[in-house]
Amino acid sequence: MSKNQPLIFELSEPERISYSLPELDVPDIDLDALLPDEFNRKTEPELPEVSELQLMRHYTALSKRNHGVDSGFYPLGSCTMKYNPKINEDVARYPGFAFIHPLQEEETVQGALEMMYNLQENLVAVTGMDEVTLQPAAGAHGEWTGLMMIRAYHEANGDFNRTKVIVPDSAHGTNPASATVAGFEAVTVKSNEKGLVDLEDLKRVVNHDTAALMLTNPNTLGLFEEQITEMAKIIHDAGGKLYYDGANMNAIMGAARPGDMGFDVVHLNLHKTFTGPHGGGGPGSGPVGVKSDLIPYLPKPVLVKEKDAYRFDYDRPQSIGRVKPYYGNFGINVRAYTYIRTMGPEGLKQVSENAVLNANYMMRRLQDAFVLPYEQHCKHEFVISGKKQKKLGVRTLDMAKRLLDFGYHPPTIYFPINVEECMMIEPTETESKETLDEFCDVLLQIAKEAEDNPEIVQEAPHTTVIGRLDETTAARKPILRYQKA
Amino acid sequence: MKHRYLPTTDQDRKEMLETIGVDSVQALFEDIPESIRFKGDLKVEKQLFEPELIRYMSKLASKNANTMENASFLGAGVYDHAIPSVVDHVIRRSEFYTAYTPYQPEISQGELQAIFEFQTMISELTGMEVANSSMYDGPTALAEAGLLSAGQTKKKKIVVSKTVHPEARAVIDTYALGQRLTVVEVDSSNGVTDLDKLKNEIDEHTACVMVQYPNFFGQLEPLPEIEKLVHEQKAMFVVSSNPLALGRLTPPGEMGADIVVGDCQPFGIPSQFGGPHCGYFAVTKKLMRKVPGRLIGQTTDDNGQRGFVLTLQAREQHIRRDKATSNICSNQALNALASSVAMSALGKKGVRKMAEQNIKKAHYAKARLEEAGVETVFDGVYFNEFVIKVNGPIRELNQKLLAKGMIGGYDLGRDYPELKNHMLVAVTENRTKAEIELFAKEVGGAQ
Repeated sequence: MSKNQPLIFELSEPERISYSLPELDVPDIDLDALLPDEFNRKTEPELPEVSELQLMRHYTALSKRNHGVDSGFYPLGSCTMKYNPKINEDVARYPGFAFIHPLQEEETVQGALEMMYNLQENLVAVTGMDEVTLQPAAGAHGEWTGLMMIRAYHEANGDFNRTKVIVPDSAHGTNPASATVAGFEAVTVKSNEKGLVDLEDLKRVVNHDTAALMLTNPNTLGLFEEQITEMAKIIHDAGGKLYYDGANMNAIMGAARPGDMGFDVVHLNLHKTFTGPHGGGGPGSGPVGVKSDLIPYLPKPVLVKEKDAYRFDYDRPQSIGRVKPYYGNFGINVRAYTYIRTMGPEGLKQVSENAVLNANYMMRRLQDAFVLPYEQHCKHEFVISGKKQKKLGVRTLDMAKRLLDFGYHPPTIYFPINVEECMMIEPTETESKETLDEFCDVLLQIAKEAEDNPEIVQEAPHTTVIGRLDETTAARKPILRYQKA
Repeated sequence: MKHRYLPTTDQDRKEMLETIGVDSVQALFEDIPESIRFKGDLKVEKQLFEPELIRYMSKLASKNANTMENASFLGAGVYDHAIPSVVDHVIRRSEFYTAYTPYQPEISQGELQAIFEFQTMISELTGMEVANSSMYDGPTALAEAGLLSAGQTKKKKIVVSKTVHPEARAVIDTYALGQRLTVVEVDSSNGVTDLDKLKNEIDEHTACVMVQYPNFFGQLEPLPEIEKLVHEQKAMFVVSSNPLALGRLTPPGEMGADIVVGDCQPFGIPSQFGGPHCGYFAVTKKLMRKVPGRLIGQTTDDNGQRGFVLTLQAREQHIRRDKATSNICSNQALNALASSVAMSALGKKGVRKMAEQNIKKAHYAKARLEEAGVETVFDGVYFNEFVIKVNGPIRELNQKLLAKGMIGGYDLGRDYPELKNHMLVAVTENRTKAEIELFAKEVGGAQ
């Protein structure tokens, strides 16, 4: 396993092919004569030349050097690494979904529009919002879309001075980044000793400049913001809007809805809660739901249902415009819809209950060996701190690397940034108690190793195909592409 | 409730609750204030068991006219190309599709190496020094190129040719609105950017000029002339390119482009109603540290063994937060993998051959349509798309074509009022001589 897998370019030999294009069946043309000199490419791109079996072996070898949910437990906090159902993959590949063109006449894609419409309605129900758009491509894209709508709303009210978006210090980095891209200034509100937004600090930062507060609830510490209705009142009284980052929706389906908590805009990560899958980093899908007063600003086109047909409405004069070509990541939306229909309303509720049960169970099993910064019950994820182990010279990074030796993907580490030596664990509902127990046993063993045999942790991983990589040199002298020696 | 995705048994639940020290799962939700607890039943559609769901979804899918069964002459940014079977076999390996962002390089070398290879392939095709690991799609990549240009030049005006995809221009408008940038669109003349008008619009306030190559009408923009106009004013030259076309056409990187973006959909990604596709983003070395999104770099481990890591992360939102170069987090990694596999399968010779077949078949189709009495417009050099003018609405013509098993081209009147009853026709290597001839006959017969 530790053998280096060559780059596909290094396997390349001229004349090898793994394609089978039919011979040209129309009269040939001399392209050197047809193409003006400036457009006639002279340097050939150095693409690989391999046989089909070489290609399959190459990518199979690479896949073996990769850990996915199907390979083993993947408790990466805030990413909801749950099981990716196989039926979803099959359905998304039906020719009537995979091989339809976005610009076909609407009457030829009614099945696709019906699926989208149904998905929107289901997401309205889960979130308690009034309308949903499927256009945004991912969570961060949804955040930016939502903020652009909030800006359009304020400006339509003649309110051009709301330049600030408030984000908690525990927020995901995309929140402040999206605020910037949407033309706002990000302002931080502090968390209190319970890990929740500090209401006094919120009152301090809220004023007539406030466009919105972005909040994840439960937050990135896995804690429910109990004072959410008070926060909503503070923001709304100041004329601002409340934005819900749906990264953690997996905790509360059927238990609470952002729409009922006072949120005006919501995005969901369909690749998290609704089994996207994650794809090694994407594609995702980031639908956005809004309350009725923001409907006019939804990105266009908006899907509407008429008597017997679905169609896109482009006549939306107050719309923020397009955020993406066509209608969003349809292929991911098909998977999410398939998942929702697999679970049904009771199933979704059970999903959140089990996700929360699993997280609380792990938290209690681990709380004595580590530092538990927040005592209360968590929702679908929790954080522990490796402060104790740090004193012994073992950092959270070391413990994460040691977990690799046992075949686990480590939790999210060093996030949220307001917890020292943070480890953020999200088991999800699709893991069995046995898996949770085995993982906890290993983590407890590592905590013990930190005391008895710290080197084994500090020098981990020991069993992976490669050791710890020199990231400093990678950044100082970047090599971002292969170049023939 | 018992469900195949939910392994927790009643006995498990009992034991777990004991460890937690509560009586019921409900106790774990007591931090949700009573007033906002959801008490009803979610109005979500009812559960379907797997066989029922398969039937239901098959039925929905079969209501759509697909391009496997119908010969598609529709392109306009999304194309019907051959997808080698190996592509799906690779991306269905669940070690790839059930993983997330490779934050732990020791157990993510497969993904990291595959994307490093993708970056290399995009660099090679575009003639650029650096390519990132993917963007959502071509149009959002183009919009991000606008933001990069504005940040780099400290200027606020984006000049876009009207021969850029209309939906891409709409996306650029939205992104520009966020950053309070001005977007100026430049008219075309004979199907390519009007150079005199372009020259008038580029001034000392211009951050960048954006053109598409081949452009929305399939025509090749005169990049060398445009490059001079752009760089004379010290603006950035941004080119959106179909990467397949670059298998045969001189890449923008060899014609002075600062940023080259586009969509890899032609390589191994099904049209799937417009997404997910896969944007790419390539730049000169000078702009390397300004690139949005993830970059994979080569390095070594403590034994000197080659390995790959996410690198230059100080640009990104999870480190830099509100000062990041972009807010992008999830990208299109799995589709970048699909495109890599397709490019590897086609290889150096295959990509060129496929691109050439597109040119040749499109030219054959145009000639046959002209023979059938169909009016064609624009006489410049083109790749795999061209424009025809017909008598009567495109929509009606497309209905007739569908009855003959063909998906007709794009109605340009939707975006260009002056091109009412004009159809953008795409002809890829997938179209056979017989299909092309039938198309010419039917379109010609409708005249």
